[in-house]
Amino acid sequence: MHKGLRLSVRKRLHTAAGDRVMEIELSADECRFMALFGPSGAGKSTLLRMIAGLTAPDNGVISMDGEIWFDSTSKINVPAQKRRVGLVFQDYALFPAMTVEKNLAYGIRGPSDKSRMHDLIDAFDLKRLCKRYPDTLSGGQKQRVALARSLVNRPHILLLDEPLSALDPEMRCTLQDELARVYRAMPVITLLVSHDMGEIFKLASHMFHIKEGRIIASGPPGDVFGGHTDRLKITGQVLAKQEQGVICIITVAVGADVSRVVVLRDEAQALSVGDMVGISAKSFNPEVKKLKIS
Amino acid sequence: MSFDFVPLWLTFKLAALSAFFLFFCAMPLVFWLYFTPSRTGYAVRALVNMPLVLPPVVIGFYLLLVFSPNHAFGRLLYAVFHTHFVFTFEGLVVGSVLFNTPFMVNPILSGLESLPRNLGEASFMLGRGRAATFYKVLLPSIRPAILTGVVLTIAHTIGEFGMVLMIGGKIPGVTRVASVAVYDDVESLNFASAHVYSAVLFGASFTVLLVLLLVNKRFARTW
Repeated sequence: MHKGLRLSVRKRLHTAAGDRVMEIELSADECRFMALFGPSGAGKSTLLRMIAGLTAPDNGVISMDGEIWFDSTSKINVPAQKRRVGLVFQDYALFPAMTVEKNLAYGIRGPSDKSRMHDLIDAFDLKRLCKRYPDTLSGGQKQRVALARSLVNRPHILLLDEPLSALDPEMRCTLQDELARVYRAMPVITLLVSHDMGEIFKLASHMFHIKEGRIIASGPPGDVFGGHTDRLKITGQVLAKQEQGVICIITVAVGADVSRVVVLRDEAQALSVGDMVGISAKSFNPEVKKLKIS
Repeated sequence: MSFDFVPLWLTFKLAALSAFFLFFCAMPLVFWLYFTPSRTGYAVRALVNMPLVLPPVVIGFYLLLVFSPNHAFGRLLYAVFHTHFVFTFEGLVVGSVLFNTPFMVNPILSGLESLPRNLGEASFMLGRGRAATFYKVLLPSIRPAILTGVVLTIAHTIGEFGMVLMIGGKIPGVTRVASVAVYDDVESLNFASAHVYSAVLFGASFTVLLVLLLVNKRFARTW
């Protein structure tokens, strides 16, 4: 029996850019934190929904730990309820009429889940929030509850659909740390959809780059994002250009920061405000040369 | 002049019983309409909404035929319930439940459809089936819509006339509800009594709708 997720699916997608066929093949071994990266409409969320059992592929096979969840040839489609998949949505999907505690307890199937729930309440620091209703919580608190809820019944796999993208950078950073900590304490195969390269670097050991319904690259994030170890490479958007003599100062937005970079006037002519630019700097390689003593 | 309170009592009894029975009958229907992927759902929705567009007397007329002991279905009803549904208060309740179905079903269904789809999906992912999802997650999330359905049913029953007259007749103390009493009194030039019935119906309908708005506003604030 093979441990982990095996998936080979095909589905016709109706996107804003027209119809397109999604064809994805991937496998994931036990207890790996993986990321799905790619532009909107690439099929990332659809892929998560297929694994969860909320959307059926047109054809293909999905199996988990050797158990077939979907097989179009033998007409197997295990319902979402029976798959034991944890799914966390970007907008949390907490049940508004239940307290935090009732939200967490909703998925309990036995006494062991109950003790797990108390572990998760501690791990995500939710004790103070147990009697509160979701609408009285901040975004970060809601997402903590949603993450804890998805883990209560010990899922085979945890699917995170852009779980942190609605949060401000600081809260996102805190939750990334928490997520990493909880993952180490309770490891489970995890598939994270994210647009944030930093997040993927921080959390994932393996990633898939999806574009137009196909995986165009996979591997450790450092390799996929083209990491040449001796080069510093950042991307940003030109906000302003200011000529000063033979040089030009361009102002570039990089993530939440704004930096000024000096470029030659001739180089600056090719750039205009709004352009996406890559800025790279080679590290200084010390060169050792023998000096001639006269 | 001795004033007859019985029609008012019958009206409010009919409204309360209709809302009570319809509340429980409507839930399985809403459940099915919400979850069914089949196109039959649209046909059933159209049927449910017929009382909104048909003249009430038409519904009353058909119910009169259906309940009639001269027909097979009416005889079957008698065999099961040991009571006639024509010119009886029980008949009024059944007619009223059927007639008010859109007023109960529509607000609840549109409340459900306005919920984010992933609320139900989150419940499925936690291993719960449709019934648990419907009764434990979705319905409690749309309390204002449920209250709207119940209150509209009550208010609409208070105002019902044509269908009630058709299948109930106007048997004093049995099926002569307040709206029918107004009509009767006006016909017999008994304006004082018609005024009282009308004013009470007016006041009751206004109060019920006002309470609905105020309570729903409070719901909106706390959630």
